[in-house]
Amino acid sequence: MEALSIEGTAKTPSVKFDGQEGVIEIKGRSIPENSIEFYKPLVEWLEQYSGSPLDLTQVNVQLEYFNTSSSKCILDVFKKLETIHKGKSEVIINWYYEEDDEDMLEAGEDYESIIRVPFKMIEIVE
Amino acid sequence: MSFDINEYYSRLNGGDVLMAFKGSISSELISNVLEVVESKMDEYSESSKIRKKVYNVLVESLQNLYHHIEVLPEAMQKDYEDKFGILVVSRHNDRYKISTGNFISHDKVDVLRNKIDKINSMGKDELKDMYKFILNHQRLSEKGGGGLGLVDIARKTGNPLDYTFEKFDDTYYFFNLDVSIEFV
Repeated sequence: MEALSIEGTAKTPSVKFDGQEGVIEIKGRSIPENSIEFYKPLVEWLEQYSGSPLDLTQVNVQLEYFNTSSSKCILDVFKKLETIHKGKSEVIINWYYEEDDEDMLEAGEDYESIIRVPFKMIEIVE
Repeated sequence: MSFDINEYYSRLNGGDVLMAFKGSISSELISNVLEVVESKMDEYSESSKIRKKVYNVLVESLQNLYHHIEVLPEAMQKDYEDKFGILVVSRHNDRYKISTGNFISHDKVDVLRNKIDKINSMGKDELKDMYKFILNHQRLSEKGGGGLGLVDIARKTGNPLDYTFEKFDDTYYFFNLDVSIEFV
């Protein structure tokens, strides 16, 4: 299936979903006033990918900021990944946070406690 | 008139003011404010921890305004545009303060007051549980608001939400919210 690639802006993250490699990346800032519109194609892509996922899907989430409107949409993305993980295919979510950013680490832990997919918390040291 | 908006606005301008605005809260305005405040925090050489907290709280405060602002009271319509809100970001000796203000119709005052009082009565772990519950169970509104903004602000600052409701006329109150982010 075709890769999904979106350039980042001041309020929305860059997105690279690659079905051939099984690598999914969301990076940057996610602070749009209305996040539903932005995240819709991401959820739709995953819906399609979940039909025939690779044996292993690596998810890299590296957000500098995200707002509460995005937090629900990110949960929707993770719920799709949970569905894939429940099947025969493995999913790992790598949650990146900057050194000292306890809020971002805690946000990752919030998701980890809701979503049944293995998380790896990765500290970025400058 | 019992409540004077200009007097209120000038009262907020204490400390080093990084940004003071009254007028229409649009998506573009939010982008501009974020950019200005971010570059001013760079000038102050703020730690990345403080920068991030202030930025996060500012995003939520502004987007709360953006999502919840109501029609202006008639008495205000000749002077101000729609989607009217107030924002002041100031830096003090021990903290940043983000103040926002907007009109609210009187029938919504109790719901908002109860929500804030409930948040203020909660400790860190309770706020975390409340956040996760709303995140997992409540759907986003059409406009993209999720009812999480105030909980998120309280969690990130670790401080109570300081607020007042001032009667403006028979239909409207003016809602002021002060959020403090302390230097650590």
